[in-house]
Amino acid sequence: MAPIVSVSNLSKTYASGFKALKGVSLDIEEGEILALLGPNGAGKTTLISIICGIVNPSGGTVMVGGHDVVRDFRETRAMIGLVPQELTTDAFETVWNTVTFSRGLHGRKPNPDHIEKVLKDLSLWDKKDNMLRELSGGMKRRVLIAKALSHEPRVLFLDEPTAGVDVNLRKSMWDVVERLRASGVTIILTTHYIEEAEEIADRIGVINGGEILLVEDKAALMSKLGRKQLRVDLAHPLDDVPDVLSSYNLTLEGDGHCLIYDYDTSAERTGITTLLAALAEAGIRLKDISTRQSSLEDIFVEIVGAGR
Amino acid sequence: MNIEAVKSIYFFEMARTRRTLLQSVVSPVISTSLYFIVFGAAIGGRIQEIDGVSYGAFITPGLMMLTLLTQCIGNGSFGIYFPKFTGTIYEVLSSPVSMVEIVLGYVGAAATKGLMIGTIILLTASLFVDLTIAHPFVMVFFFVLTAISFSLFGFIIGIWAKDFEQLNLIPMLVIPPLVFLGGSFYSVKMLPPFWQAVSHFNPVLYLISGFRWSFFEVSDVNPIFSAVIILAFLMICMSVLAWIFRTGYRLRN
Repeated sequence: MAPIVSVSNLSKTYASGFKALKGVSLDIEEGEILALLGPNGAGKTTLISIICGIVNPSGGTVMVGGHDVVRDFRETRAMIGLVPQELTTDAFETVWNTVTFSRGLHGRKPNPDHIEKVLKDLSLWDKKDNMLRELSGGMKRRVLIAKALSHEPRVLFLDEPTAGVDVNLRKSMWDVVERLRASGVTIILTTHYIEEAEEIADRIGVINGGEILLVEDKAALMSKLGRKQLRVDLAHPLDDVPDVLSSYNLTLEGDGHCLIYDYDTSAERTGITTLLAALAEAGIRLKDISTRQSSLEDIFVEIVGAGR
Repeated sequence: MNIEAVKSIYFFEMARTRRTLLQSVVSPVISTSLYFIVFGAAIGGRIQEIDGVSYGAFITPGLMMLTLLTQCIGNGSFGIYFPKFTGTIYEVLSSPVSMVEIVLGYVGAAATKGLMIGTIILLTASLFVDLTIAHPFVMVFFFVLTAISFSLFGFIIGIWAKDFEQLNLIPMLVIPPLVFLGGSFYSVKMLPPFWQAVSHFNPVLYLISGFRWSFFEVSDVNPIFSAVIILAFLMICMSVLAWIFRTGYRLRN
């Protein structure tokens, strides 16, 4: 199946001379959730802005649903919903009016039933007649999502949707995202909460300095880059790793109280059993054993750090 | 053509007018009434007729133009500047609307509001003075074309402005002198020859003169000239906008 969004060799240089994107290529499959991770200023928002039509590209092309975003902007923008990073709302408008406005702007005929459903899904129904300035930050965020969903988009961009949103609301927002995905909507999100990406995304893209460093299936990425660590707490401290254990590539930490063993979960043999046997043979007494898997955050820090 | 979008923008903008009804409608009525009391009744009583027209009636077209220009520039610029300022412009820019449709929505609403207020002033004026409109179609021609072209002009200012000071610069500093020195309250023939010559470089003079001609058949310049000037101004504004949209100037770059 052809990708729903296809970015090729996209570049953007702002008038100030700042190169926000340097030849980015990226394919997004229909129905997936792609999380774009990257430090501040990496180019995430510029990339999204070009796909959505807010910023003109300097070079390269973007296709959405088989249409070019510059030439066939009517087709592509009608397919896209965008939730921007900033909480930008018309302070003096009511929730109902602003969401209805968004639908009309996208060329869709009025459909109060759909707007009602969107507002109810986002727990905004009882606020529909409130002015936006009367709402809390979290509610404004939901209004922005409602606006983006008002015209029934096929592709939804969520730019840092959970920044400054409390835990409960974040959970309910991810429920909405889950439901959208179930209905076939493709979702691209950027976030600083890496554990969120880890939880809900199908694929992870890492962008830094205007370049895509990698795009991988989340599970594959985790197993490829995710290492596991065995931590052995010792009853008596060691000065050095004994020579008999040298083949395990152990490191000694905690003033000699702790041995660290890195292993690969996907390897045929992890080497844990033989290591424990070797420890017993060497007469080293253990106090405790624990394992730890590197999180997406560790992976992210590693990739971005290596790119510097 | 994305008609739904044009309608959405237009009615969204008109809704703001409804919300600020007092300030939008009542204040021009009050200020016009003040002009008529001061210039029409108090001072005007001591001024002889100008070109056979009583002074109170003579200033009516000028007052309408003064308000129309200020309102259209104000609404046209604010309508597009405010979303730029708050950031809600992202939505318009990411919608399937062409720049022509954006202009139709915003400028259409700004011009409509200007025309509404201009009409209110005309009605208010008719309470104070006897008014006859000699050439109603010509009057509507100048009225509508001025509203559209100055709303476009305001829209350009709104795109250009980077802050509120710039937004107010032209409406506050440039337009009032042009309108006041363009013969709103007098005939330029009353000026010394030198200032008469200078006045002819003021484009607003042609608007007011042509507009006044449609009422009383008296004018400072040939009304054909006036029509040419307003059409030329409209073309200039449209060309500038076309350039803005082609380059994405201050919107998409």
